[in-house]
Amino acid sequence: MPDGTSALQLVFGGDPALYAIVALSLYVSVCAVILAALVALPFGASLALTRFPGRAFVVVVLNAFMGLPPVVVGLSVYLLLSRSGPLGFLGVLFTPRAMIIAQALLVMPIIAALTCQTVEDLWLEYRDELTALRVTPARRVATLLWDARFSLVTTLLAGFGRAAAEVGTVMIVGGNIDGFTRTMTTAIALETSKGDLPLAMGLGLVLIALIIVVNALAWGARRIGEIRAG
Amino acid sequence: MRAPISDLPVAFEQASLRAGAVNIVSDLDLTLGAGSPTILFGPNGSGKTTLLRLAMGLVAPTSGRISWGGRAEPGERLAMVFQRPVMLRRTAAANVAYALRAHDDRRVAELLDRVGLAHVAGRPARKLSGGEQQRLALARALARDPEILFLDEPTASLDPAATKAVEDIVRAVAASGVKIVMATHDIGQARRLAGDVVFLARGRLVERAAAATFFTAPATPEAAAFLLGDLVI
Amino acid sequence: MISRRVLLGLAFVAAIATPALAQDKSIVVASTTSTQDSGLFSHILPIFKAKTGIDVKVIAQGTGQALDTARRGDADVVFVHAKAQEEKFLAEGFGVKRFPVMFNDFVLIGPASDPVGIKGLDIETALKAIVATQAVFISRGDRSGTHAAELALWKDCGIDIEQAKGPWYKSIGQGMGAALNTAGAANAYVLSDRGTWLSFKNKGDLAILVEGDKRLFNQYGVMLVNPAKHPHVKADLGQQFINWLVSPEGQKAIADYKIDGKQLFFPNAGAPGA
Repeated sequence: MPDGTSALQLVFGGDPALYAIVALSLYVSVCAVILAALVALPFGASLALTRFPGRAFVVVVLNAFMGLPPVVVGLSVYLLLSRSGPLGFLGVLFTPRAMIIAQALLVMPIIAALTCQTVEDLWLEYRDELTALRVTPARRVATLLWDARFSLVTTLLAGFGRAAAEVGTVMIVGGNIDGFTRTMTTAIALETSKGDLPLAMGLGLVLIALIIVVNALAWGARRIGEIRAG
Repeated sequence: MRAPISDLPVAFEQASLRAGAVNIVSDLDLTLGAGSPTILFGPNGSGKTTLLRLAMGLVAPTSGRISWGGRAEPGERLAMVFQRPVMLRRTAAANVAYALRAHDDRRVAELLDRVGLAHVAGRPARKLSGGEQQRLALARALARDPEILFLDEPTASLDPAATKAVEDIVRAVAASGVKIVMATHDIGQARRLAGDVVFLARGRLVERAAAATFFTAPATPEAAAFLLGDLVI
Repeated sequence: MISRRVLLGLAFVAAIATPALAQDKSIVVASTTSTQDSGLFSHILPIFKAKTGIDVKVIAQGTGQALDTARRGDADVVFVHAKAQEEKFLAEGFGVKRFPVMFNDFVLIGPASDPVGIKGLDIETALKAIVATQAVFISRGDRSGTHAAELALWKDCGIDIEQAKGPWYKSIGQGMGAALNTAGAANAYVLSDRGTWLSFKNKGDLAILVEGDKRLFNQYGVMLVNPAKHPHVKADLGQQFINWLVSPEGQKAIADYKIDGKQLFFPNAGAPGA
């Protein structure tokens, strides 16, 4: 980003570097949420529907992990993906992929725990009907996830918000490389360290606006879906 | 595609369901076999819904036993329509398709036609009226190709026209050879549909008789009082 | 329908997990916050890229952390400023050869009002005055080149900082910019490299108080990470970058970088003993 400019100039002047950063932030956080959801939705729903010894322990741990410290997740992923680490051969450290993996791990517990809660509530309503229809356990999970889809949009947004707003993991595993792994949050951290507080604050406002836009779009999609599907 | 093993008859032997210190149903002895519709009749709170849930295998008795075609586990040929059925959040047609054992668009269309809902096949199930939802629940139950169909007050919250539509379907289903077991506290409905009547009060089976006998000459004072419109507690 | 969704999901996971394509023409350089925050890289890297087509991805860390990143094999080239640490890195076999590139100098920054009254003094007298008055001093505390230089300065000036430190000595464990932000907010003294200081935008009441002392010299060096230790190191591309930095063209690009007409870094690739 050119020096001596304000965030407003960057946004309305169509600064390509800013757009690249915004696009990368969105790409990384959206991919992370999709990746996390692929694991966390079925896991959370299965946890809601099954009873086994130690389940309470799993639920407590899962809820606690909603507050996983991003730096710790970042450091763990860093050690895994480092060339000297077990997955070093993949060569993905300091790439957007590493950032996606780290953020996915960060938001997985959030999505899983909230899904578990939502599906548990819906199961109370559906239990008799699905049992009467002799639905298999695997199909119950799929059915409840699908029928809870509008509530789960909010769950995914919670994950997205956490991913898009955090700086600890992406800084460590992405390296904040200009034009390659620099996101909104790491750019804000960098501008702060360069002492350009107005630009940092401006970028912060852009990030907040972005998160509001994503939430508004999701809310609209949810409303349209609810109106059409009842 | 018929399942090989029959679930009939459904037999209760001294079956009771207790919740804490309260007996919800007590010492039921009852056999439900093939034949004309059986109406579970009695005041609210007499145990009709619980009896259906036991028969469907949704709950296990706390004492006594229930068997299905001589086996201790309920099979695949049972279906149930609840008083307030859960509509899956998808189209009417998809709700029916969901209950089918194998994907079959023609069968979905047939079933919707059978309950008079062909014209709303593509509408979201939750957007249908109460009567339409009840008929959709019937189509979904029939999709399971049941030998025995349990219905729990399916018309309790419907207007007369919708009630008639549901009763007509139930009558047609019974005529096609499916055993109907239906709970109601509506005397008129019981008269219109019953082949035989199981009369319950306070969680106990009070009287079982053919419909003609029951409505003209009830054998127990509770049944007589209820038929006269008295409060039976 | 559901199986198609599952397939899509698997494809997505596979896309994430596949190793990055090796043929992209880029190298990772572990460097220091001073070179990045001062804006030097934004100036010279486009010139290098235009000539060679090589993308240089800079991870800006403290010198100590940058060397550790290279030790783990996560960078191809290290470009730092702490000669003793660099020589240790070489001795351990992690680097191939050290090339001196450029120098600038450290400056002692403090409140313009200068409560201790050190303006214009030599560095030794100035540091001793700070210790004596227990004026608040911000230390990087992050094993960076600047932190190493600060520790060496205390020692050169005959001060045992381990013993002298007290509540007035605040070790913040962060980069140069953060240290300057903190000093500005706390009306404190702080050692900075000149490049970061010149480009720093939140100077507030801070000003240079001590400069020009020969003990404030700050040498930068560059090294290729040893492919014998880490076979995946892009030795060829990395060496191209190093060769360019020390070439007349690279040296000129460094000298040309100015803020408000002031040169930030002084190329000295050929200088003996640098």
